Amino acid sequence: MQSIVEIQKQSLAPGVLSKIDDAPVVISLEHIHKTYTMGDVEVHALRGISLEIKKGEFVAIMGASGSGKSTTMNIIGCLDRPTKGHYFLDGEDLSQLSKDQRADIRNKKLGFVFQGFNLLSRTSALENVELPMLYAGVETSERHRRSLAALAAVGLAGREKNHPNQLSGGQQQRVAIARSLVNDPALILADEPTGNLDSRTSVEVMEIFQRLNRERGMTLILVTHEPDIAEYADRVVVFKDGRIKSDYRIESPRNATEELKLLPVVEFDDEDDEATDEVRTEDRVNEKRPGLKVGKLSQA
Amino acid sequence: MRAALTMLGIIIGVSAVIAMVSIGQGAQQSVQAQIASIGTNLLFVSAGAQNVGGVRTGTGDTGTNTLTVEDLDAIKREVPSVSMVTPTVNTRSQLIFGSQNWNTQIQGVSEQFPEIRKWTVQDGSFFTDADVRTAARVLIVGQTIADNLFPGTSAVGQTLRVKDLPFRVVGVMARKGQDQQGRDQDDTAFAPYTTVQKKILGSPRVQVAYVSALSPDATYTAQVQIGELLRQRHKLGPQDADDFSVRNMSDIADAANQTNSIMTMLLASIASVSLVVGGIGIMNIMLVSVTERTREIGIRMAIGARSSAVRTQFLIESVVLSLTGGLIGILLGLGVSLLIPSLLGWPTAVSLAAVIGSVIFSAAVGIFFGYYPARKAASLDPIDALRYE
Repeated sequence: MQSIVEIQKQSLAPGVLSKIDDAPVVISLEHIHKTYTMGDVEVHALRGISLEIKKGEFVAIMGASGSGKSTTMNIIGCLDRPTKGHYFLDGEDLSQLSKDQRADIRNKKLGFVFQGFNLLSRTSALENVELPMLYAGVETSERHRRSLAALAAVGLAGREKNHPNQLSGGQQQRVAIARSLVNDPALILADEPTGNLDSRTSVEVMEIFQRLNRERGMTLILVTHEPDIAEYADRVVVFKDGRIKSDYRIESPRNATEELKLLPVVEFDDEDDEATDEVRTEDRVNEKRPGLKVGKLSQA
Repeated sequence: MRAALTMLGIIIGVSAVIAMVSIGQGAQQSVQAQIASIGTNLLFVSAGAQNVGGVRTGTGDTGTNTLTVEDLDAIKREVPSVSMVTPTVNTRSQLIFGSQNWNTQIQGVSEQFPEIRKWTVQDGSFFTDADVRTAARVLIVGQTIADNLFPGTSAVGQTLRVKDLPFRVVGVMARKGQDQQGRDQDDTAFAPYTTVQKKILGSPRVQVAYVSALSPDATYTAQVQIGELLRQRHKLGPQDADDFSVRNMSDIADAANQTNSIMTMLLASIASVSLVVGGIGIMNIMLVSVTERTREIGIRMAIGARSSAVRTQFLIESVVLSLTGGLIGILLGLGVSLLIPSLLGWPTAVSLAAVIGSVIFSAAVGIFFGYYPARKAASLDPIDALRYE
């Protein structure tokens, strides 16, 4: 004789494993396997992942290299297809879509933020933010309006005409976040977004993410290898060897807004590039400037 | 800067094509102008059948005696659409004046020659029909002969020797310049044809007769009628081929034009090779560009660009390159076409067809040679592209 809970669980769509909750499920990964063939060797990047993410969750994905977290991100981001298993986004099965169909999903339903910012050089911030809308066929005045709004939302009003080489790392990442917002996506995927930023700028970026999560109910999935950064999320999923090792809630996530208030106040005056104190010097050392390759932080 | 170098092949190719074609057109137009100056109602009747498109053009001597003065008189009398006839008999000889001599061509013609040929006398006068009847030993010289044998003085009234015979110079022809084949037309002397036949050559031969029709419209009729008359006089049956030929200026012009067209097409083809090279240059640069922008392509794809959008983007870029090169090439070619007449003395005439053709061809080169790089860009995998250093 099954309990009521068991019956209720069975009547739900197959693969829904989490507790019954108010929020709808945005992402559902069911028994996802991914295998690469490199020559004679088969690499099992994912060995049966099942994961559910609800609307409004802020999830941090952690794990060592080779744990499968990047592969999972690529599958969630529709950049790659699982070898086996199903991926549901907003209830739609995306696992077997064509290349063009996946491009459309990425355009309209997903927002990406990368470690290396990945902005187009020699292009203004406004044009960078507009890019997803160009591919969505949005007409010019609407594109303009939404881009300006997005830039304002990340605190970059007035910087529309700057090119990436005229912006600091933190500002470039903010442009990237603005870009991820413009097509009003179901969720934002961030891959080590603070990896190339110094500590203070990292907090500023996490503050933007938390604000988007709180005020707009934006679902966020963030990959990081830094436990400090993961603590800003309200849920952490840890990968190991192609499987999920643990999946736990954070009861009291760090509050970036509060932390910013407590950090030494350094007016980040971008016009004036003078180092005025230790924090600024740290900026210079840690913060990635485009075109400069600094050890293993190098990317673009 | 890189763009400028890439376009160089196209620029050179297009400007070369434009320049070549305008030289060809210019030559063609000058041929037509020459025809107009000679007179479009001029016919050439000569002994022996000659090819129109072939090498011989009209002063050839086949050695046959099939054309006689009597034939020409008959033509003058009996063909209504003919207005004037002058037989010509040509020979080369030394003209000796005192200690000077000058080897030149002496054309034996009738007194109607200046009118038929539209070539006037500048000093003195042409000989008369009386001179023709009496086979008088009179000579009209061209400007080149006058300049060389009688520098500084008038040639008129002077006596010089032709094959030991004294001839009196009665006139100097107006300057004519070079003909289409580059021969100096002023290096000729004229004497009555009877004189040349009897006193110099000792033969009643007629080589070519210049016949002028009453009007340009009558030319074709005259051509046909002369043919019929001569066949009759030479007693040729329906199966017999003509033993003479009657040609008009446009036949000769056609021959020249045909050669001209072949030359122009050859030159343009060679210039087109440069366009192909230019296209290869574009393909090369676009391939490099795709590789350099691998990451950018990855970003665009991650943001949602479809493969077709990426392909179109790169195709457009390569067409812009090739079209810009084409336009610059057109401007350059036009400039060269305008300069050549003053620099080389060759006439040029710009061809609108060549300009339009160049625009289309440049665009086509851009599309054709840009396609492979564009396809390569579109087939990139976004994950790999994003990781590219």
